[in-house]
Amino acid sequence: MKKTIRVTVNGISRNDEVEPRLLLIHYLRERLGLTGPHIGCETSLCGACTVEIDGKAVKSCSVFAVQADGRNVLTIEGLASNGHLHPVQEAFWNEHGLQCGFCTPGMIMASKQLLERNSNPTEGEIRHGIEGNLCRCTGYQHIVNAVKAAAAKIGA
Amino acid sequence: MATTITKPETLVGKRIRRKEDPRLITGTATYVDDIQMPGMHHACIVRSPHAAARIKGIHVKAALELPGVTAVFTGADTKDVGPVPCGASLPGLRVPHHHILAVDRVYFVGHPVAVVVATDRYIARDAADRIEVDYEVLPAVADPEKAIAAGAPAVHPEWPDNVAFHFHQEGGEVDKAFAEAEVVVKERITSQRLIPTSIETRGVVADWNTGDKSLTIYSSSQIPHLLRTLLAMMLGLPEHHTRVVVPEVGGGFGSKLNVYAEEALMGFVAMKIGKPVKWIESRRENYLCTIHGRGHVDYFELAARKDGTMVGLKLKLIQDLGAYHQLLTPAIPTLSVLMMPGLYRFKNIRADIAGVFTNCVPTDAYRGAGRPEATHGIERMVDILAAELKMDPAEIRLKNFIQPEEFPFSTGTGLIYDSGNYDLPLKKAMEIVDYKGLRKQQNDSRKQGRLMGVGISSYGEICAFGPSPATPAGGWECATVRVDPQGKVTVGTGASPHGQGEETTFAQIAADELGVDLDDVLVVHGDTAVVPYGIGTFGSRGTAVGGPALYYALQKLKEKITKFGAMLLDSESVSYSGGCCTCSKTGKSVTLGEIAGASYRAMKLPEGEAPGLEATYFWEPPNFTFPFGAHVAVTEIDRETGKVKVARYVAVDDCGRIVNPLLVDGQVHGGVAQGLGQALYEQAVYDDSGQLLSGELTDYAIPKATMMPWIESHHTETPSPVNPLGVKGVGEAGTIGCSPALVNSVVDALSPLGVRHIDMPLTPEKIWNLLQGGQQ
Repeated sequence: MKKTIRVTVNGISRNDEVEPRLLLIHYLRERLGLTGPHIGCETSLCGACTVEIDGKAVKSCSVFAVQADGRNVLTIEGLASNGHLHPVQEAFWNEHGLQCGFCTPGMIMASKQLLERNSNPTEGEIRHGIEGNLCRCTGYQHIVNAVKAAAAKIGA
Repeated sequence: MATTITKPETLVGKRIRRKEDPRLITGTATYVDDIQMPGMHHACIVRSPHAAARIKGIHVKAALELPGVTAVFTGADTKDVGPVPCGASLPGLRVPHHHILAVDRVYFVGHPVAVVVATDRYIARDAADRIEVDYEVLPAVADPEKAIAAGAPAVHPEWPDNVAFHFHQEGGEVDKAFAEAEVVVKERITSQRLIPTSIETRGVVADWNTGDKSLTIYSSSQIPHLLRTLLAMMLGLPEHHTRVVVPEVGGGFGSKLNVYAEEALMGFVAMKIGKPVKWIESRRENYLCTIHGRGHVDYFELAARKDGTMVGLKLKLIQDLGAYHQLLTPAIPTLSVLMMPGLYRFKNIRADIAGVFTNCVPTDAYRGAGRPEATHGIERMVDILAAELKMDPAEIRLKNFIQPEEFPFSTGTGLIYDSGNYDLPLKKAMEIVDYKGLRKQQNDSRKQGRLMGVGISSYGEICAFGPSPATPAGGWECATVRVDPQGKVTVGTGASPHGQGEETTFAQIAADELGVDLDDVLVVHGDTAVVPYGIGTFGSRGTAVGGPALYYALQKLKEKITKFGAMLLDSESVSYSGGCCTCSKTGKSVTLGEIAGASYRAMKLPEGEAPGLEATYFWEPPNFTFPFGAHVAVTEIDRETGKVKVARYVAVDDCGRIVNPLLVDGQVHGGVAQGLGQALYEQAVYDDSGQLLSGELTDYAIPKATMMPWIESHHTETPSPVNPLGVKGVGEAGTIGCSPALVNSVVDALSPLGVRHIDMPLTPEKIWNLLQGGQQ
């Protein structure tokens, strides 16, 4: 039996009929064509699927689409505004915070959340803040640099 | 901080942020799972839950009855496809027939048995759960040493000894060296099975055009062209009707340097149903069914004189192959043998490999592929010898290094090391960490009862695979450079990257040679319909083999540009630089854009020249490259918990000339993270019945951000003489250098307790047990 959901995704309001078991990540990727968030584990361990619901970072592989009913969802595609990259995106680019790019949309969303909670994090706080997001390429060092650079830019 | 720098500055050597990043940071890149096609179906694969079993029956009716299910195929349907290819050959190698779906028997947990095809991802999965398979479970063996013991179950009944091959290599006078040696140290050293864990799993979309009778396979692969050749063979298709497109690839690390059953299976399915079909590997499948790495049990004997001069090395290597040979499986341990003398002068070497079948997923190339195992072995043995002789680990290395004047140096394993200065990175690393000061600090901390260790690894590697005769499928690379009528440049490379950043580094090389802006160069790759045949990106070969191919294509193109320039300027005295052809007599010049326009308009052509502005070059490397370096790790052990803290990590790598230091740092960091993962955390664990216990990210510990130390990355720059760019390759250096540095450091910390060796991973449990006076 399908359920109707009302959800705002990247500022656009939608009405959709979904199976109750449809995962939010599949709704975003396959129904809405928002393929920025990725699936790396389906078990909420890797964080590649991280998006925001009502301003809080969640792993969308462990959320049903029906749980997003009546809420605001932000994906990596909605982060840049008017053609301007978000400071976290810009910093990942400048600091070489990505290689294959697969974890990157989730990593950027987690980093954005981290900076919203702590505008001037230490190296240890950054590492702790992105611990739920796995990267196999970078060894995290350039990601740490990127988050520091983004903090400086946002704080300036 | 990186900046975008454009001409007239030279771009090679600059920290330049990547051209590929804008699509990756905005979520607009296209990976395999992002591909949608009209009428696309979804496949779900039913896999064996047993490591060894006979298939007595497969019941598919209930699955077919589910609305939305289009087809179910089993091994009976696919038995004429394939087999899954093994590209490596060794004398007497036993090669089991590797069907794409099991026919009457399964050989490892995860072995594909049937495939369900449905209109929806969820329905395919539901239907797969409705398939019942009757198995007669058979005894299995998952440990290579148990597999070659008497009475072990036979993985393949036709070969009851479970040995796929024996390989012997010998150089110098080994028996004489050991007879005359003043000291011989022996140790059993393992390099445990690892799971590559690219964050993107594998995935395939297959699209069959019934009218053209042509197949397009979209796959997350490191080797688009080799995949095309081998898939065409497996599916009985003409190669010109087979196209492979490799879109964005979310990491490979060797695991996608392969040809897998599922790639051919999706081609088969698409041809049967006449619709596009997608299969995306789950993480669980990725751990069960994508190749693993390492899997060595090594017995080393190192002979030396009392002054620390090493004179000979023996190795008995037991390689866990798994149940089948994937593309390069049996070749990987032979690379360990090639690299076993490390950077040291002795030439008396004997190695015996036993390649052993087990009821596990096959091992194959994982970052470093045979060389981390070899380096771990020799670098551990050197430390064990130093401890035996009460010598300093740095001193014993410096005493035995091949010296700069000895190059080119023929090793006991038949390689020719072309160049090197091995003292350089080690001395630099020692200076950076203040080695003498560290040893003093260590003495002081020991007096306080603290467990501090300093570990060195001096590594060498074989990169830039490689001269074609030394590789299974050609070791050259190709590049095409095309200047369009606007004067903009497109570079096509066969060395299809997957995160290494060649869209930037190759653009730097092309922009420098052609004197154009970085933004005027586009690098394309990964589509066999777009770029000429190439080999791929693996074995630190992208820049080291693909780069020179590009360089030579650019030289060829510049000759043509100059001829057009001379014609347009009506002068013989013309040279090309800074994006213009200039006449040295009149000072007049024409731009690349004007030349390109004239070359396509072709109102007039230079004598003997064809219209258009394009050049292709296939480059065969004359030798491997041999990067080297030294890593130093400072550790401290928590006595209460056995936990290792990496207090300092210094890497000094010599990868030859550096094209983009920002990207090289990234490669070193990532490489070290994977070496550190092996040293401290990661292990693929099978139980005795062949069940993979570390089958999810919950049970297989790849490093998280909090588990990584700050890596101090430095370089020495000794250009390679093998190619005109002087580059050597850096993708695997960090991984190769890291694990012995860490283990040497931890053993050094524990040496006052009489500890001489610990096998990886150095888990707190293992170390805590040692601290209690027990066994690891």
